[in-house]
Amino acid sequence: MASSTLAGLDALDTQEAAPRDRRRLAASAWAGLWPKLAAVALVLLAWELVHLTGWKKFVLPGPGVTLSNLWQQAQASLLWHAIATTLERAVIGFALAVLIGALVGATVSRIRPLRAAVGSLITGLQTMPSIAWFPFAIILFGINTTAILFVIVLGAAPSIANGLITGVDYTPPLLLKAGTLMGLRRLSLYRHLIMPASLPAFVAGLKQGWAFAWRSLMAGELLVIIANQPSLGVLLSTDQDQADMASVVAIMIVILVIGLCVDNVFGMADRAIRRRWGLMAGSDAA
Amino acid sequence: MTTAVTEAPAAVTLSGVSKVYGRGGTAVRALDQVSLAAAPGEFTCLIGASGCGKSTLLSLVAGLDQPTSGEIKVGGRVALMFQEPALFPWLSAAANIELALRARGVGRAERKSRAAELLDVVHLSGFGGKRPHELSGGMRQRVALARALAQEADVLLMDEPFGALDAMTRDLLHDELDRVCAGRNLTVLFVTHNVREAVRLGDRVVLLSSRPGRVIAEYPVPIQRPRRIDATAVAELAGTITDRLREEVSRHGK
Repeated sequence: MASSTLAGLDALDTQEAAPRDRRRLAASAWAGLWPKLAAVALVLLAWELVHLTGWKKFVLPGPGVTLSNLWQQAQASLLWHAIATTLERAVIGFALAVLIGALVGATVSRIRPLRAAVGSLITGLQTMPSIAWFPFAIILFGINTTAILFVIVLGAAPSIANGLITGVDYTPPLLLKAGTLMGLRRLSLYRHLIMPASLPAFVAGLKQGWAFAWRSLMAGELLVIIANQPSLGVLLSTDQDQADMASVVAIMIVILVIGLCVDNVFGMADRAIRRRWGLMAGSDAA
Repeated sequence: MTTAVTEAPAAVTLSGVSKVYGRGGTAVRALDQVSLAAAPGEFTCLIGASGCGKSTLLSLVAGLDQPTSGEIKVGGRVALMFQEPALFPWLSAAANIELALRARGVGRAERKSRAAELLDVVHLSGFGGKRPHELSGGMRQRVALARALAQEADVLLMDEPFGALDAMTRDLLHDELDRVCAGRNLTVLFVTHNVREAVRLGDRVVLLSSRPGRVIAEYPVPIQRPRRIDATAVAELAGTITDRLREEVSRHGK
């Protein structure tokens, strides 16, 4: 019977992937983790070696002193207070950038003449180092959080808008044909086809936008120092004034770790989308 | 064709359709004065070598493009299937079909049950939750067929839909397509470069010339269904058509 042959073929073609048990999951997590741990160990080792040579030994502390400094700072509330302030700015600034970037991206990708005019402007904005905006922002808003948020948005929004525009541009023409013939028009075409199709590029834009936002924020916190509002930038700048290198490096480690963690979240989102779409190669696909 | 069918209004009519791409010296004439009529429920296979404008013809009938001259009349809704399944990769098989239903304004509750029915029609019940990449090429094309059926089209245009499949899967899908078309009164325009496939499936095979595309011959296929692609009658007619096709192709080598 033809239909049973078909069923047999279907069964052969869709071999269920063996369910991953806990041990294999742990093994794959370890496989991802150990190179990173090894890299950290390598950096610490190199640092310690430099320290042992005695190069700049009066100003450059070894990893031992620095890490214990970090540990001590973590016991006190000041560091956590600073982290909270900085993260709050990061979240608000990035959220504003996403909102504005997505809005601009969606508008620009839809309207052709606007596209020609604003498209290159967005790319131009992207190449502008955000720190160069601070004099402008400080004169415009004063020494306050608004100035910092303004620069974060200017730094991050262009990447986010560009990500969305790229996504819209690269919607596969075949899918557009299929969608149009199906009867999807205007808004429904956007909602059901173009938006989901541009999601991977949009997430890539978010990831890049975050990197810009985080850099702008750090630059801002070093330049726009607001009294009685401890932030990571303020701590860094105070430690600089006191020539406290161990504390400076400790705070730098905190900044690096936060940046990496958030970047990882976007990386995970990216992988989740690719897995869902079947764009993962080989063993990752399961 | 019986007289009863000819009297009914044609589902698809092309009269003197030409399509020219570009203009001036670099203009390419893809289709030249093509006239063709397909009766409701008729399965027409279009066959030709490269450059015969097969895909252009389907795009014109689908309304994705406008002819340079001539007239196209289509009675009813049109669905188009490509060589690629063109399923949306972010949606499951069932959700792909449901989206087509949604675009037609089918209510939420009905969409689920209609999609399940359509998956059953293409023998894919139980695979509705799979994403396209989890299915084989043949299964994806069946989901695409179910999605085309969800559009409740009267005219189904198929642009080499089985061209990328292995022979065994393709033969089985021929049976499936026969079964799906029977009793639905679907008018099918099926483009292929595989002559046997055309004879296996079609009520009629239309042979197009290349550069520009013109109708050069029509062959009714009087072979009883169910047919097999390896049946002698199919092979014989396919042989005749292939000879004519080769003759046409060799004209370009001179």
